Amino acid sequence: MSQNHQLSATDVTLGYGERTIVEKLSVTLPPGQFTVIVGANACGKSTLLRGLARLLAPVSGAVYLDGRAIHQMSTREVATVLGVLPQTPVAPDGITVADLVGRGRYPHQGWFRQWTATDDAAVASALQATDTLDLAQRSVDELSGGQRQRVWIAMALAQRTDILLLDEPTTFLDINHQVEVLDLLTDLVRTQGRTVVAVLHDLNLACRYADHIVAMQGGRIVAEGAPAQVMQPGVVKTVFGIDSEVVIDPVSQSPMIVPIGRHHRLKLAVPAE
Amino acid sequence: MMLAAGQRSTRVPARAGGLLLLGVALVVVLFFSITVGARPIALGDVLAAITAPDPDSTTHRIILELRLPRTLVGLLVGAALGLAGAILQGATRNPLADPGLLGIQSGATLCVVLGISVFGITTLSGYVWLAFLGAGIAAVAVYLIASMGREGATPVKLALAGAAVTAALGSITSAILITSVETLDQIRFWQVGALTGRTMDILAQVAPFLLLGIALALTTGRILDGLAMGDDVARGLGQRVQLNRAFAGLAAVILAGAAVAAAGPIAFVGLTIPHVARAMAGPNYRWILPYSMLLGPILLLGADIIGRVIVPPGELQVGIVTAAIGAPFFIAFVRRRKLAEL
Amino acid sequence: MNVNVQFTPATTVAVARHRLRSRHRLVSAGLALLVLALEAVALTIGDYPLPVAEVVTSLLSPFTGVTDPASDFIVLGVRLPRAITGLLAGAALGLSGVIFQTVLRNPLASPDIVGITTGASSAAVVAIIVFHATGLTIAISATGGAVLIAALIYALSWRGGVTPYRLVLVGIGMAAIAAAITSYLFTRARIFEVQQALAWLTGSLNGASFDNLGPLALGLLVLGPVAAILYRPLASLELGDDAAKALGTRVEVTRLGTLLVAVVLAAFATATVGPIAFVAFAAGPVARRLLGPAGNALLPSALVGAAVTISADLIAQHALGRNQLPAGVVTGAIGALFLIYLLAAANRSGRGG
Repeated sequence: MSQNHQLSATDVTLGYGERTIVEKLSVTLPPGQFTVIVGANACGKSTLLRGLARLLAPVSGAVYLDGRAIHQMSTREVATVLGVLPQTPVAPDGITVADLVGRGRYPHQGWFRQWTATDDAAVASALQATDTLDLAQRSVDELSGGQRQRVWIAMALAQRTDILLLDEPTTFLDINHQVEVLDLLTDLVRTQGRTVVAVLHDLNLACRYADHIVAMQGGRIVAEGAPAQVMQPGVVKTVFGIDSEVVIDPVSQSPMIVPIGRHHRLKLAVPAE
Repeated sequence: MMLAAGQRSTRVPARAGGLLLLGVALVVVLFFSITVGARPIALGDVLAAITAPDPDSTTHRIILELRLPRTLVGLLVGAALGLAGAILQGATRNPLADPGLLGIQSGATLCVVLGISVFGITTLSGYVWLAFLGAGIAAVAVYLIASMGREGATPVKLALAGAAVTAALGSITSAILITSVETLDQIRFWQVGALTGRTMDILAQVAPFLLLGIALALTTGRILDGLAMGDDVARGLGQRVQLNRAFAGLAAVILAGAAVAAAGPIAFVGLTIPHVARAMAGPNYRWILPYSMLLGPILLLGADIIGRVIVPPGELQVGIVTAAIGAPFFIAFVRRRKLAEL
Repeated sequence: MNVNVQFTPATTVAVARHRLRSRHRLVSAGLALLVLALEAVALTIGDYPLPVAEVVTSLLSPFTGVTDPASDFIVLGVRLPRAITGLLAGAALGLSGVIFQTVLRNPLASPDIVGITTGASSAAVVAIIVFHATGLTIAISATGGAVLIAALIYALSWRGGVTPYRLVLVGIGMAAIAAAITSYLFTRARIFEVQQALAWLTGSLNGASFDNLGPLALGLLVLGPVAAILYRPLASLELGDDAAKALGTRVEVTRLGTLLVAVVLAAFATATVGPIAFVAFAAGPVARRLLGPAGNALLPSALVGAAVTISADLIAQHALGRNQLPAGVVTGAIGALFLIYLLAAANRSGRGG
């Protein structure tokens, strides 16, 4: 399953009703790499992800999977290649963790196929990878926000798709679980050759883990490339409207954005008034 | 996204302006409600009747004994239904909640049916107290059933318990009606929901409860906004969730009970008015409540007026017209607007 | 018991799944036995109580040729059709209800509330009061009414797709219109016409015969398996439209297909026995509470629906001595009691609503 599929968008315009959020945007997601989309709230990053995930039909332009327009492919076919963690999933009343994660196997099961050992193994490894194995019998309603988030990620993992799209997978998670999840996604890329695209809130985690960063603002891509190239103070200013200093993360050697706010300014040789 | 300072301050005037417009619409409707009918009446006569009533003038008597109480009952009942529906939808976080949810209407109907079949009560004012009694008992039963168990009365349990009680009471009612033709003959007119024959006596009986309910209801805005965010968040903000839900429920029961006592079970208003109010006023209950309070009577009295003129020389009961006219409008409304889910 | 089993994670998952599957089988089997027991009771008790042996003989008489005209008539001509009708109607309503509740993601949703049965009822009342129809004509009108109102609701909810929220709201609007038509006719008609209509409206199994069971039986036979096949896409819809699409489900097609199945089931059941209250609404929640977290509620809901209907009819026939009530009156009360009991029981032991 390390066959690299390619996902790209060409001149795609996305919106809801009369509101256009993303206009004539083109992007190619490098196969076999970890791409992170960053940007301020309402910059269009979730909308772009939904368009790429085939959850939102483009007003114009198209999203291509291996050169074929994704909206002309059958939903089932796409689901075996593309896995998605949507932003606001709904858990039915009373469902257990194992059952929910098990639903991730549906694209591989069709109408009549019964459960096989492969399915069990996929569910089990997804649970293990997200550290939710001991929650398997629990009801999803009873879990904390962070636990629930990991369970949904497990469901996306159980799908065992070549490409994985995740919308804000690290919200609600403690720092240790944030790192765990991102490490896990990195494993998928490095050892299994999968393609992972995630929308992340945290710039510094993005810089640490991403092979490729896409920075968005106002529905457009402002900068794209390796973290070291993209994360310059100028880009941060454009995307987030904040001054910053870029240093080197001592652990990962990736760029680390240090924000400059009102109360914390640089200690300059000439003191500011 | 941060609102620019100017943006936030334009929302309040816009919503207040909307309320004002609705208020004007309501006054217009009130006007027509008094003047329109089998016997058209002029505005001058209305003013004269109120300020200097002439006991020999038929017109004055029509105004004072028929039109005015009918209009006032319609006004209060419409407001009560709109508010009760809004409160129940907010407290149960379910868009299908309506004043009938807590078994109120089926409880009232059963009690009236029992009153007719067992005690032979056939006067409208007799029905008022029976309906009130039935509504209250049913609501208490629903609440008690929903509260059984650890979590207390959660929205889902309230809805299910309400449906269960409604069905149970409805069954008993059907059983009695099938076996007693005379009761059926009486109840089929009351059960439709009407404002005909609602005189000053009836108004005097129900008005205190309706007014009390409306007053209580308008204070529940903050509670409902809290509950709307989910029990956990509300508790985190220091709200006492169970108590608040019970209080809001109480206001709704008083309103819905008094409404059904006054006009019989009118099914449509409490369910749909809150949706319209929400679309106009936004998700904030401090605005949804007053909007519902004004929209309710506009719909109800409007329907009543139409019912008076549409099938001369008779009348079409308001319960029928509300649905016949309100429903298509509501459907068109649902189609056009992007409704915020609860 | 094999104590040397290695508990790998995959095994844990498989074991958990088997445990749920077992519970599902247990509940389904238990409900099936309950239904059979109720059917047996329905065949043996009555104004002319028959010993079990005679009932069995009568049941087998078409095959064995051993006949006894008196008991054969009672068993095969009166009680069996009635019992089978109750079974099929209850199953159809239960299945229809649980599908509605799942697709519309709302425990309050059911064919009754969303307007399907109200449409059927209205059409039947029009047929009875305006056209003085009887028997088959009423049934056809009811079916037509249900299908017509369902089509209207779906069409009016369509805006580039159909969301559960919009379906429910439009359904409520249409239900109100249909109910208004019924109310209007009730106030305008003569009292004996109203009585007739009310009798039909309460839903009853009186006069059930094998002649008019055809459509219902056929419908259930065909649509039951269809529903079973559609279970997986239906279950993915429960996770929200986005998650369902991500899992490869064709959301609009699945929604339309399952709703179609549910509407036809409700329509046929209502046409055959009238709008029996509450069965469609209560079967799903009752079944889910019995199943716990075990998932596929389709078959259990059908069985619960059948159980409620048959027992309601038994009570309606025999509980009040000489007086007979229509089954619909009792289903409301029974379904309600059952639901209340389960609400209370579940809350004491573990999960609440």
